[in-house]
Amino acid sequence: MTKLRVALFVTCLGDQFFPQVGECVVKVLRRLNAEVTFNPAQTCCGQPAFNTGYRDEARVVAAKVLNLFDDADYVVAPSGSCTSMVRVFYPELFLDDPDRLRKCRQLQARFFEFSEFLVNVLKIEDVGAAFPHRVTYHDSCHLLSELHIEQQPRTLLRNVRGIDFVEMQGYKVCCGFGGTFAVKFPEVSAAMGQDKLRLASETHAEYLVANDSGCLMHLAGMIHRQGLPLKTMHLAEVLAQE
Amino acid sequence: MSSSGVYSNEIHERGNKTLADAHLQEAYQSSTIRLYTHRLQAMSEVPGWERLRDRARELKREVMEHLDSYLEEFADNVARRSGKVHWAATADDACRIVLEIAKQCGAKEIVKAKSMVGEEIELNPALEAQGIHPYETDLGEFIIQLAGERPAHIVAPAMHLTRHDVSDLFATHIQSERTDVPERLTAIARQVLRERFARAEMGMSGANFLVADTGTVVLIENEGNIRLCTTAPRVHVVVVGIEKLIPRFADLGVFLRLLGRSGTGQSLTSYTSLLTGPRRPGEDGPDEMHVVLVDNGRVNALADPKMREALFCIRCGACLNACPVYRKIGGHAYGWVYSGPIGALITPQFTGIGKARELPFASSLCGACRDVCPVKINIPDLLLYLRGRAQEEAPAPRPKGALLREKTMMRLWAWAMSRPWAYQIGGRMARWGQGILARSGWIRKVPMYPASRWTEARDLPALARKSFHDRWKQIS
Repeated sequence: MTKLRVALFVTCLGDQFFPQVGECVVKVLRRLNAEVTFNPAQTCCGQPAFNTGYRDEARVVAAKVLNLFDDADYVVAPSGSCTSMVRVFYPELFLDDPDRLRKCRQLQARFFEFSEFLVNVLKIEDVGAAFPHRVTYHDSCHLLSELHIEQQPRTLLRNVRGIDFVEMQGYKVCCGFGGTFAVKFPEVSAAMGQDKLRLASETHAEYLVANDSGCLMHLAGMIHRQGLPLKTMHLAEVLAQE
Repeated sequence: MSSSGVYSNEIHERGNKTLADAHLQEAYQSSTIRLYTHRLQAMSEVPGWERLRDRARELKREVMEHLDSYLEEFADNVARRSGKVHWAATADDACRIVLEIAKQCGAKEIVKAKSMVGEEIELNPALEAQGIHPYETDLGEFIIQLAGERPAHIVAPAMHLTRHDVSDLFATHIQSERTDVPERLTAIARQVLRERFARAEMGMSGANFLVADTGTVVLIENEGNIRLCTTAPRVHVVVVGIEKLIPRFADLGVFLRLLGRSGTGQSLTSYTSLLTGPRRPGEDGPDEMHVVLVDNGRVNALADPKMREALFCIRCGACLNACPVYRKIGGHAYGWVYSGPIGALITPQFTGIGKARELPFASSLCGACRDVCPVKINIPDLLLYLRGRAQEEAPAPRPKGALLREKTMMRLWAWAMSRPWAYQIGGRMARWGQGILARSGWIRKVPMYPASRWTEARDLPALARKSFHDRWKQIS
């Protein structure tokens, strides 16, 4: 049986700030017998510009992404945010360009968020990981609200050997990152982050896990500023633990 | 706090003030969570809830696609039942019409039911300027009228005030005894209002729905003040936005099942009034019924195929109760009449993008609002669209601590991001530059925008020593 060709979309934040997340995705996919490729011409999905209202600039960057993964069976990103950008918002950018729109549709059909790929495509719920720690999980908003990916990360986490998985109390709520919202409304962003950290602390978890580097950067930044005992980790990093 | 003008672009300062006020934080937090919880409970009792939402959205789309003919049908049916219809293109027109009606019936005192459109057109100052006294009779509006404030929430105008605040207001403005017992405070207001209901020559209300095929005005409430405003005085004036139409009486059930549950968690409010024309011979009620149909920017919104969806809103307030940003900054931060997610959509539409260009950005796009909207307005999508319009039509001034305008920064960013070599060089330069700022992998403070705004509230992780691009060479 030929191996699946899975191209990694590592995300700009992952590439520059959290390369270990990309490495963990590669490790897990290889463990599951996929052939992982990485096109070094990749940079960003274009969301920062799109999110801030600069569609032309977003389109310039997004157009490059359309041509990066022609050889791959699937494209996988450790990010609900970037996956949403491609699957939900890319068509809006290329409505007036039939050729690009076609390439866009072809990409969308193959583009998955990491936990979604494992559970929905590979049909794997246990990746053979071991992580004997108390862990809680934050649903990032694009993942939850645009892609409706809620059960998959939890299923994968629950099957990690030795893990003590605890849900936060209360309603699911945004952590306050919100992309450029974090720098346009930093006070509100921080107040929302504070609420999230309080809920996480109340679980007495050692680790706060999420699927998005944006959320994790925001929460980790607040944790570090305040010297809190909580640690953050990307889902891919947990799943790569043995 | 003034009750006229548009201050939406001051949302940052106003929001931060509310953030810093522990009193207000507690008020907004507890009230919105309570309403959010009640809604969840109420919707869980309706097995076909999602189908109701789909149906309501379909019906509103039907109305908006044919608003002109539904408006005409409604107007004809009102006239057929001896009501009088007036058309107000602008806020000024609407005020002028109401004043004209008041003059004709010799009204010196008007009892008013809660009406967001009434706030929108700034009717009270226009009446007062002509020596006519408008008295708010909804308890929350009564309270904020005394305080000289605008509503803090679409459904609960005095959400930001505690009973101690109310007691102070009553003691100051109506010389009542101080008490923090809610039943006592309500009784005090009731006594004042009772006299006004009896005296007023004219009653004014808004409308929750206008039924096109019968000419019926539908009003829901819990207090009974709407009943009194619309039936006790001799003249009843309805001031209502043109988007409140629904096609048929048979469709009302869909909306009534959604509105109470979405807004307050009630299966039905205490009173639902269906008013079709003034009283007929032998009946109780007003001799005259006027319906003032208000445009005030709605037709512009309608003309935009994207923003048309924002007119589906049935003013339940559920999006406010779900919004984590509204919960922190409160209603007055939005600087006009409508707050929360829907406020961020319709304020730029009704007042002009320039006056409210900051509002679409006051959101983390979390989607909680979309999840609770009974008519399934795709609020985050519309906010993104308005962000694009704002950048084109009302670009922001250069941010504090920025060397370049935002548009220029984004252009440079797009240029670099679409050239892998430029992206790589940029990464190397940033790694070199952060050397002086980074301590043990973290950066406390960056002087330049946008990182400067990041580090106001949190530390910034340093760029990893090797990017994934670099690491790939080792692991490929």
